[in-house]
Formats: sequence, C-alpha cells, structure tokens
Amino acid sequence: MSAVSMAGALNRALADSLADDPSVLVFGEDVGALGGVFRVTDGLAARFGEQRVFDTPLAESGIVGTAIGMAMNGLRPVVEMQFDAFAYPAFEQITSHLAKLRNRTRGRVSLPVVIRVPYGGGIGGVEHHCDSSEAYYTHTPGLRVVTPGTPDDAYRLLRDSIASPDPVIFLEPKRRYWAKGSLSTSGDPIGFDRALVRRAGRDVTLIAYGPMVVTALETAEAAAEEGWDVEVVDLRSLSPFDDETVCASVRRTGRAVVVHEASGFGGYGAEVVARVTERCFHHLHAPVLRVTGFDIPYPPPKLEEHHLPSVDRILDAIARLQWDDEVVGSYGA
Amino acid sequence: MARTRAPERTLLPSDEPLSLLRKDGSPVDDSPLAMPDDDVLVELYRRMVVGRRFDTQATSLTKQGRLAVYPSSRGQEACEVGSVLALRPTDWLFPTYRDSVALVTRGVDPAETLTLLQGGWHLGYDPYEHRVGPQCTPLATNTLHAVGFAHAARLKGEDTAALVFVGDGATSEGDTHEALNFAGVWKAPVVFLVQNNGYAISVPMSKQNAAPSLAHKGIGYGVPSVLVDGNDVAAVYAVVREAVLSGGPTLIEALTYRIEAHTNADDATRYRTSDEVAAWLDRDPVDRLETYLTSRGLLDNARRAAITAEAEEFAASVRSKMNVDVEPSPDDLFEHVYASMPRHLREQATALREELA
Repeated sequence: MSAVSMAGALNRALADSLADDPSVLVFGEDVGALGGVFRVTDGLAARFGEQRVFDTPLAESGIVGTAIGMAMNGLRPVVEMQFDAFAYPAFEQITSHLAKLRNRTRGRVSLPVVIRVPYGGGIGGVEHHCDSSEAYYTHTPGLRVVTPGTPDDAYRLLRDSIASPDPVIFLEPKRRYWAKGSLSTSGDPIGFDRALVRRAGRDVTLIAYGPMVVTALETAEAAAEEGWDVEVVDLRSLSPFDDETVCASVRRTGRAVVVHEASGFGGYGAEVVARVTERCFHHLHAPVLRVTGFDIPYPPPKLEEHHLPSVDRILDAIARLQWDDEVVGSYGA
Repeated sequence: MARTRAPERTLLPSDEPLSLLRKDGSPVDDSPLAMPDDDVLVELYRRMVVGRRFDTQATSLTKQGRLAVYPSSRGQEACEVGSVLALRPTDWLFPTYRDSVALVTRGVDPAETLTLLQGGWHLGYDPYEHRVGPQCTPLATNTLHAVGFAHAARLKGEDTAALVFVGDGATSEGDTHEALNFAGVWKAPVVFLVQNNGYAISVPMSKQNAAPSLAHKGIGYGVPSVLVDGNDVAAVYAVVREAVLSGGPTLIEALTYRIEAHTNADDATRYRTSDEVAAWLDRDPVDRLETYLTSRGLLDNARRAAITAEAEEFAASVRSKMNVDVEPSPDDLFEHVYASMPRHLREQATALREELA
C-alpha cells in the first residue's frame, strides 16, 4: 500500500499490463516521448519501445479506426484521446464499428480496445477541453463505460478494462489526476462492472462517479454536521449499470440524489433516476433528485465554478428531501 | 519476412490509365505492366463470368422480394475479380456493400455473402475463415481498419497485406485521408483500390473531385499511386499483384462503370444518359478478355460453354439457397452485444420470451 496520484496509478496500470501481455499496445497523440499531456504514459515508450508505445498522426478517427483493425488482428490497443471533446471526430468509428462489430459478426470478431478519455472540467481549461461526454457513450450498446473516482480504482479499473474482451470507454476525471490516495496492486478483484459503497449511511444515498466521488464524500462529511447520515455510492461502471448495489443502498436509505458534472437534460443522471424510481418506488420517501451541470455548453474557466456541482448545491438537494417528511410524516427508520 | 518497397515506385500516377488490353480485346504492345500467365487469364475470365451471373441472380432475387436491397456491381467485374485473385491466401480483403462478387470470388458462400442484404443478420460469414472483413456500409471507415490490420501484421512479423475497396464518393470522406496518411507514415502494407464508377449514387465525379485524378490524392500522403483501366482485368490483376508484393501502401484508382443503378431503389435515368451507358457497355470487361483469349486460342467454344454452364449452376445454387425463408430467433437480438450477457440484457431477453410465449 502506497500513496500515489491518479495519473501515477494509471501509469502503473499501463506499465503492468504492457509487461504482462505482449499483445498490449499504447498509442495516440503525444503519448511517446512526451508521456502524454497529463504524463499518464510517462516513461512507457522508453521502457517498452516504439513498437509498443508510439505517437500517431494527429487524427482521432484514424487512431480509433486503426485500433479496430489491430484488435481484429489479435492485438489489444489502449489509445488516448487527449481531451474529451477531441474524441468527437472518432465518434463514428466508436459507435458504428467499435461498439457493433462483435454483434454484427455474431461473436466472431472481438475488439478488446480501451479508449482512454481525460474528461470533465475543474482545471481551468479552455473550451473543448472540459466536456463530460459519458451520455454519448453509455447510450451506445456494446460499449463498456467506466470511470474511476480514486487512484486505487484507477489502477484496478484500467487493468480490468485492458483485460476485457469488450471495448471500453475509460473516462479519466482529469481534475483528479493529481489527487493522491492509497494504491493496492494486489487484493481481491472487485470486478469492473460493480458499483461500490464508498461511505455507509442511513438517511440518504448520494450516487456519484468519476470527478464527483470526492465531492460527494466531502458533502457527506458536511451533511453529518447537519444531522444527515449520508451513504455514498460510487458507480465506477456507468454501463453496464450495477442496479443491484445502487438499489440495495436506496432501499436502505429511502432517499437518493444523483450527482454529475455533465448537463442534466438527457444526461446520465436521468437514467439513474429512472432506474431507481422503477425499482425502488415503494421504498422511496421523496423523489430522486439530480444535481448536475447546467444545460449550457461548458463555460469559460472564470465561470466554471458556478457550473460545477458544489458541496453546497448537493447539501441543498439533500435538504429538499425532507419535503416528504413534512407532508406525509416519517417512513422507515 | 516483409518486403520493402521497390525503389523505382513513384508517387505520381500516369496521365492515362495503365492497361494491357484495349477495349476491342487487342493487347497493348508497350504496356509497362506484365501480362498475367495464360492460366491466370483463363481463371480471371471464368470468375468474371460466374461473378456476373451471380450478380444478375442477386438482382433478380431483389425483384422477387428475397433480398431487401442489392447494389449491383455489373460492369465492375474486372475490379472485383482481378484484385481478389491477385491476393495471396494470407492477405485480407476489406470490402464494401457493393463487393459481393469479390466475396464469392474469395470463396465466401453466396448465401453467406447475401445474408446482410437478405435481412437475416448483419453478416453471414466468418471473417477469419476467408480473411475477409465485414462488408462495410458507412463509407471509407473500413480503410482505417485495413491500415490497422496490416500494421498489426507488420508488428507481429507476418507477411500479410490488406486490400481495401472504396468507391469514388468515399474518397471525399475524411477517413480515406486519415487512412492514407497513417498508411504512408507507417509504410503499412495496404492496397487502397478505388473503384471509380463515375457516380456516388447520383453525384458525378465533376462534383466530387478537383484533382487530375483520384489517384493523385496519394501524392500528398507519400503513397505511390496508380491509375488503371478498371475494365481491363489483366491490368487490374497486374497492378494489385505488384502493390500487394511491394510490402508498402499503394493507392490504385480503377476507372470503371456500374451498368445498373446504385441499387434497385435508384433511378439512374435521372442523372445519366443512355448514350453514356452504351459507351461503357462497349468497354465491357468480360467481352474484352473473351475476345483476347479467343484470339490467343486459350478459349474455344467447348471451354466457353463449360464456363457458362458452371455459372448457371452457381446461379441455381444461389436461388435454391435464397428461396428459403429465414427466421432468425428473437433470442439472437441479445447475443454477442458483449462477450458475456449482462444482467439487464438477460432480463430483456426473458421479457421478450414471455411476451412471445
């Protein structure tokens, strides 16, 4: 067990996967000598050679499209999209081919491709560098979409993603790249399609993922001072969705708030709310609420603090969940 | 071991398309291309005759409602057959939706070739069995798959080239350009064969391209480029063979023409004249080779009759295979979305089964 940043944990996961499996390749823009603009691939080209870790021409559709061909020919490409919005030129390759080829070929073609996408805001980035693009990918059957909230999860999820026979969109919360945490490279596998209860609580479930996991945990601490015992569930896997873990939590607490940075309208949180409502309706003491970014294009750096869900905004949502008690009295515990 | 590119290969295509046979079937005396061996020429003829009969049979099946749609490649047999026969067994083919004749030439069962168009499933054949990628409907996206596949072969130390088909319209798509650039930088063993049949559905070349030829588009990417008469199967075979053996990338533009409309849903009389079609019928790839083979004494009436009979037999087998109602199982909907079925799909499959019970 050692303290490491999320970027460091990801680097370790890439290095360990490259060392374990000669079919693993890492490529993209600036991932070689530079080590990636966030240094996630730092030192890998020097250690594993240009045949396995290399820079490509600057063309995202080309990176994903050639990764598909390489995977068809038995390799396991791990590609970097550098920034969220820069992945959009590759959207057709991702949705029309990467996600569908197993199904189109009735299982004959397997595409073990991992697409690493540094996503989300909070780093003072300019436009096109801060999108939360998860809803586009989770709406596409055939893709796995995962996002870590801690360095330890970053390591485990990336290892699992590279080993997966299915294509994975691996969303890296870039505002958490430098936050340190413990890392255990051994231990029991959790499974990269499982959500985790990060903090146990009785009164309300905060459902968060990626960059919002830390914010949700901070909110839980603040809420405790106001008398709310908050449970925090980290989704980890956005698709497939682990409704067992999530619904078990909501049935215990009877209240839930879903938090994400992306715009709310048509967003991933709407899916979570719908599922929780469908499956936990008789256990709910109040409507399931969302705290999300506004329905606007990602704002400029000097305004982003107003857009991003904050501890205060999440606390306000938790406070609104008392509405039901006032009207119909207290349920459950 | 992979071969390196021959030093004499140039980026600039010729002003006139390379050819070996004139449209009247007489040989070109001063062609820079080597005429394929006699047995190869006879085989090219046989496969073109069978391929054409398959194509007309598939068109008939559309009229009978057996196929949802069929994009004919009638008139393009020299491209379909010449390029596929130029491949080595270890090479791969990345076809488009119009390339069913290429697939049957590669040995894919005709019923499996037509599964996509029949609506039974998205793909009927095993890509690894025949070394044929899935037929691609989005334009030009398969060029990148071919480059990646060929580059992986190079990384693995395998001597495998990838032949990818695109149409003239697909050369306007960004993926064609990204693929040419990647192939040029990586020196990947990929052959891009542009079957320029004059129209992207109804849009003519004049509205598609401003370069002297589509082959010229290779120059900027450092990819050697060839302009070839796409109705001259001997020439197509020769240039594709050379490109495959070069060990590096090549862009080939084959000038050809589709005699039928884009598909059965298209009315080609709206955008082209009967005079134009007649001029291209006069350059028919099958007739041209037949004239040449006959003049050389490589094809007599008995051999011609035997090949015609083989083509009829092939068409009959296609008919009998396709005159069977396909009833895919609704359970298939949920298979192969992921390597193993996630819980939510198991639940949806159960719900559908109960609904149908």
